[in-house]
Amino acid sequence: MDLSSINPVLLIASLMVSATPILLAALGELVVEKSGVLNLGVEGMMITGAICGFAIGVNTGSPVLGFMFAAICGALLSLAFGILTQYLLSNQVATGLGLTLVGLGLSSLIGKPYEGIKSPTLQKMELPILSDIPIVGPMLFSHDPMVYFSVALVAATWAVLKYSRAGLILRAVGESHDAAHALGYKVVRIRLLAILFGGACAGLAGAYISLVRVPQWTEGMTAGAGWIALAIVVFASWKPWRVLIGAYLFGGVTVLQLNLQAAGAKVPIEVLSMSPYLITIAVLVIISARGNHGAPAALGKIFHASR
Amino acid sequence: MSDPLLRLSGLTKAYPGVVANSDISFDIHAGEVHALLGENGAGKSTLVKMIYGLVKPDTGRMTLNNAPFAPSAPSAARLSGVAMVFQHFSLFDALNVAENIALGMENAPKQRDLAAKIKEVSHQYGLPLDPFMRVGDLSAGERQRVEIIRCLLQNPKLLIMDEPTSVLTPQEVEILFKTLRQLKSEGTAILYISHKLEEIRSLCDTATILRLGKKVATCTPADTSAKELAEMMVGETLHVPERAAGAFGEVLLDVTNLSLRAPSEFGTALKEVSFKVRAGEILGIGGVAGNGQDELLGALSGEVSSTNAVSLRGRDISKLGPQQRRALGVLAAPEERLGHAAVPDMSLTENALLSAAVRKDMMRSGFLNWGKAKAYAEHVIKEFDVRTPGPANAARSLSGGNLQKFVIGREVLQDPDVLIVNQPTWGVDASAAAAIRQSLMDLAAKGAALIVISQDLDELMEISDHFAALNEGRLSAIRPVQGLSVEEIGLMMGGVHDSMEGAA
Repeated sequence: MDLSSINPVLLIASLMVSATPILLAALGELVVEKSGVLNLGVEGMMITGAICGFAIGVNTGSPVLGFMFAAICGALLSLAFGILTQYLLSNQVATGLGLTLVGLGLSSLIGKPYEGIKSPTLQKMELPILSDIPIVGPMLFSHDPMVYFSVALVAATWAVLKYSRAGLILRAVGESHDAAHALGYKVVRIRLLAILFGGACAGLAGAYISLVRVPQWTEGMTAGAGWIALAIVVFASWKPWRVLIGAYLFGGVTVLQLNLQAAGAKVPIEVLSMSPYLITIAVLVIISARGNHGAPAALGKIFHASR
Repeated sequence: MSDPLLRLSGLTKAYPGVVANSDISFDIHAGEVHALLGENGAGKSTLVKMIYGLVKPDTGRMTLNNAPFAPSAPSAARLSGVAMVFQHFSLFDALNVAENIALGMENAPKQRDLAAKIKEVSHQYGLPLDPFMRVGDLSAGERQRVEIIRCLLQNPKLLIMDEPTSVLTPQEVEILFKTLRQLKSEGTAILYISHKLEEIRSLCDTATILRLGKKVATCTPADTSAKELAEMMVGETLHVPERAAGAFGEVLLDVTNLSLRAPSEFGTALKEVSFKVRAGEILGIGGVAGNGQDELLGALSGEVSSTNAVSLRGRDISKLGPQQRRALGVLAAPEERLGHAAVPDMSLTENALLSAAVRKDMMRSGFLNWGKAKAYAEHVIKEFDVRTPGPANAARSLSGGNLQKFVIGREVLQDPDVLIVNQPTWGVDASAAAAIRQSLMDLAAKGAALIVISQDLDELMEISDHFAALNEGRLSAIRPVQGLSVEEIGLMMGGVHDSMEGAA
């Protein structure tokens, strides 16, 4: 085995790319769950975003339009979930699972004509000055805009949840919808907005896979990334920065094990392939073993303002 | 008298099938403590929800300081100077005190300024609070302070309090009343909702009594006896439970050094709880909620097993489960009606079967006898005056009071030797509560041993022979109820045991 073939600079640069879709999807789901809603349809919204973004990207030649459309499609799909669970009071777990199935089916239907085409992709955005720093520059500051966007979104989500009144209200609704309702907050509206945000993030995440990371369309190409995003939210104890750690860890181990496979490591491929899942879960369990876990108290409960 | 602060004229609100409020009019003046009295379902909650902007009246109008007042949402009511302290606290456990208070305010200031303000106001009114404590870690009394401070920070002209004392110890009630009197002297009007008539008589200037959605009277509570107030609420002569004081028989249930670990992060550990209950005796166990009541019931009913701590007629039953204990005659009715005492989506027949199958012989070699189960459910419904179309109705469809009657009746009619009940009349109106208490006393008179866990001290004083209080999982000394003063009870509930033994 030839470890010298693994370049640490490239490794870190590619782990950021590999982690970005999971990071975006997990961040969206974190906001949804903070509002007290459990949307298990992340995978379905991601793959729908992937094909919608890809189709628009190919047809218009503009990946930016593709991303925008992917966000809209993800949000629309999540709107269906929102109407079902918030107005028609359907069970969130069953509806979320249904959403995943719908998303997978819908995307392969839309995607048939797009198989085997290469899409336009995002250009790298070298940040001035920062990208000239040796080693650190190419590692961290020479990526496409979505990578920066996803990290900025982590910071924004963290700050909004922690310091803003809107964030406080969102957390309050997720903590006790009855109490929030009694104080006069519009529980359903707030949750619907959170669900839409989650859908848009999942759509972006999917489009990032089909427009940047791969970049082409294959059926079922999200390959469970949505489920990993869901797991990361839980193991990150609903904290944005821990979501970043979780996503980068998962992305990092994924890239590393691919490199190890290429370098011919004497470890069975099956073990290497499952290592990202095992290591991510193990590390996040250790992180969240101490202190309170912070699950929103009203998570997954149906709210009806009849009392 | 000057113009009223708030005037209600002809407020009416109907829901499908019920008229919650019908043509209600009365005035509240600045600096007045106005009581709103009525049984469950009399329409008190609907009325205050209209004042607080949570519900819109169908007809009728309100004026605040002579200006039309029709709040479309609680925020509008708050802006007009109306604040409300809820019965079931509208607090968020995972958030800290300052965040909770900010959520209930329009234009909340920055956290740091708010924290300083909270400290200042809470000291001014004798309700000290740490703004950065997690609300989930506070006691019931402290949680209520959070609600009150949240209201006070907005300088309300009218403060609505929905059953504020139901979760407080007598000492905490005194502190609250002091604060309320201070507010009154500053000119704040208070609309005070309570079941507790003595409280109303000592605190309130005026009382409006509702029955079945209509106003039946406005009176001065200090000049009206508690019995008269109760009769106006109920609309009939109140039957006060009575019993003949009999001699006690042999010791039926003996609990010795029962210690159990807390079942969860939010539970309470039981610490060396010991008591004996004899045939014909009712032991009342008081204490503020969350001091081990649920855990004690679980250990006695058999949901949680212990080691050599619980024995029936000298036989150790600490390892037996609920069904085995039922077979021996130890029955229990837990506090939470839906989900613990009864399965919400099952019919009353099925719910009757779940508890009574063993004692009422509803099973034959593993097969259920539905005929017997249905007959037993009908028997309970008839004996305990449960208002429901029939035993095929789901437990969930019953009102709280009716379901409570069913749950208690289901156990009492099984002729238990030992019956443990937790909060037997929680949320039940006065006449139904009297009926439940009477049935418990009759059961004791027939020679059963009863343990009544309750937060309603008046209830415990009325029906029990002996009294003890739970405090942080420890049981106080057991005292005869006769001659026990409110101060002594307060100390027992607050966990001051040692001085009590000297007094006993």
